[in-house]
Amino acid sequence: MTSKAGAADGNRSPWLTAGAWRRLFRDQPLIPLLLLLVVLLVVLWWIRPSIINQSLFINTIRFAVPLAILAACQTLAMLTGGIDLSVASVASIAAVVMATQAPTQGPVVAIALALGLAAAIGLVNGIGIGIFRVHPLIMTLGMGLIVFGLAIVYQRMMVSAGATVPPEVVTLASGTTFGFIPNVLLLFVPLAALIILALRRSGFGRLLYAVGDNEVAARLSGVRVWSVLLTLYVISSLLAGVAGLLYGGAINFVSATLVDLYLLPSVAAAVIGGTSIFGGHGGYSGSIVGAVILTVMATLLNVMQVPEAIRQMLFGAIILVVAAAYTRITEET
Amino acid sequence: MTVATSAPSQPGRSAATRALVRGVGRDTWTLGLIGLLIALFVLTKMIQPTYGSSQVQNLATSILPLALAAVGQAIVVISGGIDLSLGSVMALTNVTAAALLVGQTPEMSVAVVIGVLLLGLVIGAINGSLVVLSRVPDIIVTLAMLFVWAGAALLVLGTPGGAAAPWMRPLTSGSFLTEWLPRALVVLLIFVGVVWLPLRRSRLGLSIYAVGSDRLAAFRSGVSVGQTKIAAYALTGLFAAAGGLALTAATGIGTPIPGPYTLLSVAAVVLGGVSLAGGRGGLLGPIIAVYVLSLVRTDLTFLGIDPNYSTVIQGVIMVGVVMVGAYLTLRRQRA
Repeated sequence: MTSKAGAADGNRSPWLTAGAWRRLFRDQPLIPLLLLLVVLLVVLWWIRPSIINQSLFINTIRFAVPLAILAACQTLAMLTGGIDLSVASVASIAAVVMATQAPTQGPVVAIALALGLAAAIGLVNGIGIGIFRVHPLIMTLGMGLIVFGLAIVYQRMMVSAGATVPPEVVTLASGTTFGFIPNVLLLFVPLAALIILALRRSGFGRLLYAVGDNEVAARLSGVRVWSVLLTLYVISSLLAGVAGLLYGGAINFVSATLVDLYLLPSVAAAVIGGTSIFGGHGGYSGSIVGAVILTVMATLLNVMQVPEAIRQMLFGAIILVVAAAYTRITEET
Repeated sequence: MTVATSAPSQPGRSAATRALVRGVGRDTWTLGLIGLLIALFVLTKMIQPTYGSSQVQNLATSILPLALAAVGQAIVVISGGIDLSLGSVMALTNVTAAALLVGQTPEMSVAVVIGVLLLGLVIGAINGSLVVLSRVPDIIVTLAMLFVWAGAALLVLGTPGGAAAPWMRPLTSGSFLTEWLPRALVVLLIFVGVVWLPLRRSRLGLSIYAVGSDRLAAFRSGVSVGQTKIAAYALTGLFAAAGGLALTAATGIGTPIPGPYTLLSVAAVVLGGVSLAGGRGGLLGPIIAVYVLSLVRTDLTFLGIDPNYSTVIQGVIMVGVVMVGAYLTLRRQRA
């Protein structure tokens, strides 16, 4: 939509042609995404002016941040041409371990155990994908099944022990500082900055793009592809674990299926954010905006009291339209 | 394929032996799976001596929806795609059939069943057309359509309900001729045979393998890549609809929430020896894989192990088998 409007303007002024707009959007995918976000917010305001307030902001951030962290897993994996379908199970099991261990071990040990387990799962993923060359889709899908089953069994074993999310995590995930800054931003802003900087500036970031762009070329240039992939999937699982803890804190409840609902939206956020599933193209800033867009869209559909059926159909249609628009923009120049 | 090229260089082998080697080479995976399945049956019999024909019939009935889903997924994977919306399409066809079958005469119910199968074909064709026209990767398009079709299923039936035709349940349970041949298996094999066998040797079947194996080469040999992909997705939709009908038959109602069929069908396809890269594999492997995965679950129940471990074991089998397969390929490449 926005690109068409741009094209119309471009015909009048010779230095702003359709191609120039297209190039701008291709190189700066954030601009159309932020426009889309603004449009969504305007529609929300137009439907119910009273809803645009502080609590909408806090609630949106509370659920957009864990989704954005899950989207980071997908973004990193997709940059190498992979995907991580085990993130939902990893996040859920991390939350369950944290909540069941916290009463006896204290929150710090519980969180360490949860994240350690997540990293171990990521290590198995990485060994399968990096060393045994198993297709990432299969490996992470299989690990997802394994982890999900283990989470259910573990949850059953720990039923008598009870599960409580440590109050510190609840405060971090859903509390605010000075009444208007969601605490979770204090964790997320440095984390996001780190990921974005690491992708743009660090050697490891460049290796991810190199492996995704052309794995053979990367290997022939002396990149140890296996170690890149191994590290990547460990990081991805760790991030998924963090997201799981935040979901546990935001909802103040844990279960083996806690995060299942957010698996496909995490892929969608990365796709909307302009990361190519074939690898080598994209970045994390788009995925963050993608996660915010999806969260605002869920609120919007909720406010409009759209029935669940239509909501799901619209959700799917929007993913498809945005993905198709990207494909056009990036292809035809 | 490596067998085929290396065989002529080995002297002292008759043509028949070479053909045999080539045939076995191509079907090793399926033969291995059959061996695994037989071993599992023997194991089951050892664990539970009373395991007999009626249990075999029940097994065949309960896995019919997943087996049909796996066959559908296999076709689209062979063509080089993947269908993540398969579970939602099953839910949609399941509720459509259940909603339309309430209080129908037997004649009308047959018409409804045929209509639902056609609906699956159309849904699949829509998926395929969107993949071809939007030029977005298959996995993203079908991920988006997963939500669309799941929403549509909720539109048809907001809550579980509806009914199945009285003749559907007997068609998919019990046995045929001998008590050791479950009727559900016969129905499955006939349906797959009627749809796939004529196709496989036809121009379309070859095109599906060609497009999956190498798109560009297929295009340059005059295969219409777009039409072939749409046809492959349509066939997947048809099998998904059959799976949805099998669900209606098994449960007697329609449930608008998609089951775990999408991911399990991908697991069965991979275990069944179909390459996710496309162009390689058949439909028998995935069907046997579904049996293997389900029999493992049965055995765990017999052994008194928490049935929740079965998901773990299914995952371990899938990852383990694929890892071993990948490892063997790596070694062959180095050798």
